[in-house]
Amino acid sequence: MREKVLPVLTVVLGILALWYLAAIPMNVREALTAAERAGAVVEGGSATERQQLPALRLVLLNPALALEGAWTQDRPRLPAPHQVAAELWSSVAGQPPGSNRSLLRHAGITLGATLAGFAIGSLAGILLAVGIVHNRAMDLSVMPWAIISQTIPIVALAPMIVVVLNSVGVQGLLPKAVISAYLSFFPVAVGMVKGLRTPDPMQIDLMRTWNASRAQIFWLLRLPASVPYLFASLKVAVAAALVGTIVGELPIQRGGLGARMLAGSYYGQTTQIWAALVMAAVLAAALVWFMGFLERRTLRAMGVPA
Amino acid sequence: MRATATTLPERDSPVIAAKDVSLVFGTADGPVQALRDVTLSVGAGEFVSFIGPSGCGKTTFLRCVAALETPTSGTLTVNGMDPDAARRARAYGYVFQAAGLYPWRTIEGNVRLPLEIMNYPKAEQAERVARVLEMVELSGFARKYPWQLSGGMQQRASIARALAFDAPILLMDEPFGALDEIVRDRLNEELLRLWARTGKTTLFVTHSIPEAVYLSTRIVVMSPRPGRITDIIESPLPRERPLEIRDTPEFLAIAHRVREGLRAGHVEV
Repeated sequence: MREKVLPVLTVVLGILALWYLAAIPMNVREALTAAERAGAVVEGGSATERQQLPALRLVLLNPALALEGAWTQDRPRLPAPHQVAAELWSSVAGQPPGSNRSLLRHAGITLGATLAGFAIGSLAGILLAVGIVHNRAMDLSVMPWAIISQTIPIVALAPMIVVVLNSVGVQGLLPKAVISAYLSFFPVAVGMVKGLRTPDPMQIDLMRTWNASRAQIFWLLRLPASVPYLFASLKVAVAAALVGTIVGELPIQRGGLGARMLAGSYYGQTTQIWAALVMAAVLAAALVWFMGFLERRTLRAMGVPA
Repeated sequence: MRATATTLPERDSPVIAAKDVSLVFGTADGPVQALRDVTLSVGAGEFVSFIGPSGCGKTTFLRCVAALETPTSGTLTVNGMDPDAARRARAYGYVFQAAGLYPWRTIEGNVRLPLEIMNYPKAEQAERVARVLEMVELSGFARKYPWQLSGGMQQRASIARALAFDAPILLMDEPFGALDEIVRDRLNEELLRLWARTGKTTLFVTHSIPEAVYLSTRIVVMSPRPGRITDIIESPLPRERPLEIRDTPEFLAIAHRVREGLRAGHVEV
């Protein structure tokens, strides 16, 4: 346990230190403006002249003022970690869970759409892979399209999916789930094609000597052989599904972490954006961890040495 | 070519009958003749070894018998049927060089696999698995996973798997090729005992002269480019063979003849 905690802690502390440092030049202009307004003497000329100077130069000219105002502003360019933590706490614990201001509520909305999209996407990916492995025409025709589908920027595609689905009367969770599935089917399809093809010719020959049917070869050999590949791609897919959902929430604006981030950027609430971002990261970590947990359980049941 | 199969005594209703079997593979570098005019007949209960250098077609011939390859000319029958019909009738068990056990199945699960595929009733599956595991002395390891077993034990499990559905023919393609000499000796001894007990017609591909001589009632010497039979040697050794038989003059004489046959095949190239 200790071997694990120490390196992780070191990295976290390093990131926090960098973050606090970066907040000084990032927030120096607003800090100096506020200090000037409060009557302090600011080096570097008037407000307009200061616009021409690089942020680091301003910090060096006014070290005390820059430090004083770096981590305490109401609307900083880069909020300090403790400000994000405070915002996170107040929007999680300080709000009734049903409230529109509750980050928990938004996280729940995002989680629901993510899970739905992940389920649709993984299922589609598995079915595609089964088709590709068993059908030569699909093998030659489907993969190029699947690859092309992933080269289209999802941010450009998401609003169109929303509009098209809306025009046929599909609203709510489903459009977001579709966007999320669009991102998550691909890793699953690629991983499963690889996994279903792992059995070597000898193992297929062995099945032939027993006169096994194609269905038996699939269920008894190909599918179990693909399980490690399936879980590796599910971990990628679940993270991609979360990204897809958040992107989908930008144009829809009916709650969710994506909506929260966009609202924050409309109103200059950087702390709110960062809080939503941290929440999204926590969610992603939890989802990936859960997939890893399922993987360990499944592989242990399949006799893989722990 | 020193001897052709035409000099063989005629056998009544051979289990495996090959007449002028040839097989040409089309490769990127042009056609490769893997087998030329292989004529051989194997009677019930025989133990026939195929020996020769790489590329002599010994494995290819075994795969033809198993209907994993199809000869381009000649006739080949297995149990009186064409090989593919015999395969569909599950006439043989095949043992590859690699044990090829499924890592996600226990030893008994692996041995049970062909029985599941062939839809044996559950109770009979269990009874057969127990019986063949006992035959290869792996009864205590039924619940272990393959990675928990040594290479030799894994290969024994794969032999048990080939025996589980009691096919009359056993095809073995260098089953002990990847094992060390000591393990190999023990498995050879066990295989002989197994063969005596089950009476299965066995075709056995090997690189090893002592192994071929020790195990077989008949040794087929093959040579490459094109793959063909250069000699067929009837073994005068008794069926009961302790490992020490390998030091007897009879044994050494056969081994010598096999070596000569292999050398003759090489000179022709």
